[in-house]
Amino acid sequence: MTRRPAAALAALLALTAPAAHAAWDVAALMQLLRAHPPGRATFHETKRVSVLDRPLESSGELVFTPPDRLEKRVTSPGAERIVADRERLVLERGGRKQVLELRDHPEVAVLIESIRGTLAGDRDALDRLYTLDLAGDERAWRLVLKPRDPELGRLVERVEIDGSGARVERVAVDQADGDRSLMQIAPVGR
Amino acid sequence: MSARRALPIAAWLAALALCAVQVARTQFVADLSSFLPSAPTAGQRLLVEQLREGALSRAMLVGIEGADAPTRARLSRALGEALRGDPRFTTVANGAAAGFEREKDLVFANRYALSPNVAPERFTEEGLRAAIGETVSLLASPAGALVKPLVTRDPTGETLAVLEALRPDAGPRTVGGAWASPDGRRALLLLRTRARGSDIDAQAEAMAAVDKAFAAAAAREGPAAGSARVVMTGPGVFSVRSRAMVERDVVRFSTLGIAIVATLLLVVYRSALALALGLVPVLTGALVGVAAVSLGFGVVHGITLGFGTTLIGEAVDYSIYLFVQAGGGRRAGDAAWLAGFWPTIRLGVLTSIAGFSALLLSGLPGLAQLGLYSIAGLAAAALVTRFVLPKLLPERFEVRDLSAFGGRLAALAARAPRARLVVAALAVLSLGVLAVRHASVWDPDLASLNPIPAADRALDAELRAAMGASDARSLVVIRAGGEEAALAAAGRLDRELDRAVAAGRLGGYESPARFLPDAATQRARLASLPNAATLRARLDRALAGSPLNPKRLGPFIEDVERARAAAPLTREAIRGTALAAAIDGLLFAGADGQWTAVIGLRPPLDAAAVRSAIQASGVEGAAFVDLKGELDRLYGGYLHRALAMSAAGLAAIVALLFAALRAPGRVARVMAPLVAGVAVVAAAHVLAGTTLTILHLVGLLLVVAVGSNYALFFDRLAGEPGTPAARTLASLALANATTVASFGLLSLSAIPVLHAIGSTVAAGAFLTLAFAAALAAPVKRAAP
Repeated sequence: MTRRPAAALAALLALTAPAAHAAWDVAALMQLLRAHPPGRATFHETKRVSVLDRPLESSGELVFTPPDRLEKRVTSPGAERIVADRERLVLERGGRKQVLELRDHPEVAVLIESIRGTLAGDRDALDRLYTLDLAGDERAWRLVLKPRDPELGRLVERVEIDGSGARVERVAVDQADGDRSLMQIAPVGR
Repeated sequence: MSARRALPIAAWLAALALCAVQVARTQFVADLSSFLPSAPTAGQRLLVEQLREGALSRAMLVGIEGADAPTRARLSRALGEALRGDPRFTTVANGAAAGFEREKDLVFANRYALSPNVAPERFTEEGLRAAIGETVSLLASPAGALVKPLVTRDPTGETLAVLEALRPDAGPRTVGGAWASPDGRRALLLLRTRARGSDIDAQAEAMAAVDKAFAAAAAREGPAAGSARVVMTGPGVFSVRSRAMVERDVVRFSTLGIAIVATLLLVVYRSALALALGLVPVLTGALVGVAAVSLGFGVVHGITLGFGTTLIGEAVDYSIYLFVQAGGGRRAGDAAWLAGFWPTIRLGVLTSIAGFSALLLSGLPGLAQLGLYSIAGLAAAALVTRFVLPKLLPERFEVRDLSAFGGRLAALAARAPRARLVVAALAVLSLGVLAVRHASVWDPDLASLNPIPAADRALDAELRAAMGASDARSLVVIRAGGEEAALAAAGRLDRELDRAVAAGRLGGYESPARFLPDAATQRARLASLPNAATLRARLDRALAGSPLNPKRLGPFIEDVERARAAAPLTREAIRGTALAAAIDGLLFAGADGQWTAVIGLRPPLDAAAVRSAIQASGVEGAAFVDLKGELDRLYGGYLHRALAMSAAGLAAIVALLFAALRAPGRVARVMAPLVAGVAVVAAAHVLAGTTLTILHLVGLLLVVAVGSNYALFFDRLAGEPGTPAARTLASLALANATTVASFGLLSLSAIPVLHAIGSTVAAGAFLTLAFAAALAAPVKRAAP
């Protein structure tokens, strides 16, 4: 692991860099993410669910439209479209459409907001829901989010988001019941 | 006191006492729905019943404005929270987890009876593979958290299917966890009151509860909520507001009307005694009128009382004629007056009664009340003027001599005929305007009788559109012999309506069968479930290769086995839940034991598609109802009837005049100013852009009734050389002034019923007097 040298490097950078490139902290990360919102990216997700004998694999495309619309287009194994738009989650599959109000379903919202808030660089939104912990440096950072609400903490243990610069590369969710999902993200050149 | 004098007074006092007793027992109402047609057919009765009692009548739309969006959302949630605990409301929806999320346990326990997806095919190997496959892929989605706890007991996803079917098709968008209007400037709540919409007291209480809860929420919110305010609309809210308006206007205009007339009389008579005596016929008439309506209709409407003002305007004329036409040393009501003037007044009263009979027979209960009130009141006022008032006058009673004033009027009247060509031209022009515009003279829209200000109606339309709420005008109404039969029919129709929705020919619908399917449907669903051994075998085959191991589905097999033996969910079992509340306004028994199911339709709406859905469903006793169109048709029918009745009233007046005057020329001379006055007033309304309603028709009738008195006096002046012209003209001018003042006052009312009548009569009364003067035969000069 390169975390320690990276931190040392970050400290060094902090000492030598001009004031504009001040300490690498959550605020700096958020500013970076806000300044470079991602457009489209491909993803591959692996999800382990305890009731299932083997993990579920899916892949497709992510489209983020700042500040608060995140669309997930699953192309494999089946076609599915999931849109988180403001306070509403719309699932479309096989010609059927399902609408969820995120506020009515905090167990869903807690997952959506972690990634959407990070992509948007929306510190306030993240702070409301999670405690934030940043490690690494600008080139290789890891943001760990833990739900503030103990009720949600019993569902979602932690969300780990890894990235490099303004790019989010990996989202890992550890659920309290041992279920776990891992999403690898690769940008599509713009 | 002589017997000749005592007898009429005693009879009068006795009648007053009887009327007072009747009035004291009277119930007064202010519900404007009595100005709705009384609906002769069963279908139309149902319509009016729906408007007064149905689910639609119980809806209350609430908006929160001002402050900022997060504050509005917090206020909405706090308000929703408070009102959910209030038994006055059966539904409180604002986008916060309310609706049917609360009934998750009930839905889960009865999922196999309630889910529209449960059918034999769903539990075949194929069906299970598809349904469970769907649930597994849902597990992979962000919504997986919702299904995860249910997978082993409900792998086919029936709980979610039921909740989804119960969710309103199109809720407004949410901001900060509360429904908001599309422009985001208002937070929205949809409430349903337990009380029916026509229970105005209960509706007023519900509004007060909303205000109070909002004030409490705003107070907790602190300064951030400083500029926030709550607005409400809905049928019940409108009823409360219109009652308040009616009550306010009735008190205001009756008081003001009396005050103005009294002031006028006081200025002219310069005698408090004369004023008091002059008001005796008016007050008697009002008392008798109310008592007659109370006897005839059981209740008296506030509008009828407001109309009382108008009676002041006309009934006071009689005593004016009595007082003013005497004078010059002659005793009021002496033999000369009885012989000379009384027949003219009597004829005027009779023509008025003929005119008002048209109202009595109009078919609108509210207008019939006005008719009866006016007939009884005018007859009483005239009789008291003739038989009682002269006996009450002290010896040597005399009002100020108005001869000088009358003399000036006579000079004016003498010049008036020069204007006869102008009057004729005006009349011809007016008739021309009416002829050209005849297609659009009458307003076919019942909404023109609606006392709710346009701004309030616009707010209502805005909130409804924002809410995606049914606009309360299109329904399918199903009549059936019993509760089960009505529900079953609604269910059959729902399946056809689903097709129309899918085809985009219907926006959506709200049916009682969606909340509680009929028992037979539920039994059929439960009977389609396989037994444990069969289900286990099918699952093993269906889930070969699936990440979900069938061995984990033991709880599912147990639940299905239990459901097979379960009884259908009954209305009794859902009492007190959101499901029951949703059904209450949509499924009910009538007084005749027949059950009614109502399916509310949401636009966009293709009437032909709905009609063919009804036909395809084969449901007997189902009818598509366009409430507003239907009511407009109903109203149109009454308008026609009222027009016919008015024509009959006019014919009766002409017949009366013929019987009394016995000369076609004189009848024509009396009728001419009346026709001209009515034509000019109606044309002026049309030119001003007012389409005429049934109430303007009432006003025009009154113009004829009041104006006939004037025209008859001019006829008399021309025909009887002995008539004191100055005094007669003075009495006419004074009578006209009181009429114009009291009706003109009424035209200031915001209630269309009163405004329409007031503006029509004030203008019409003045014009008919002027026209009568202009068109009169030259006055034969005689000693005043």
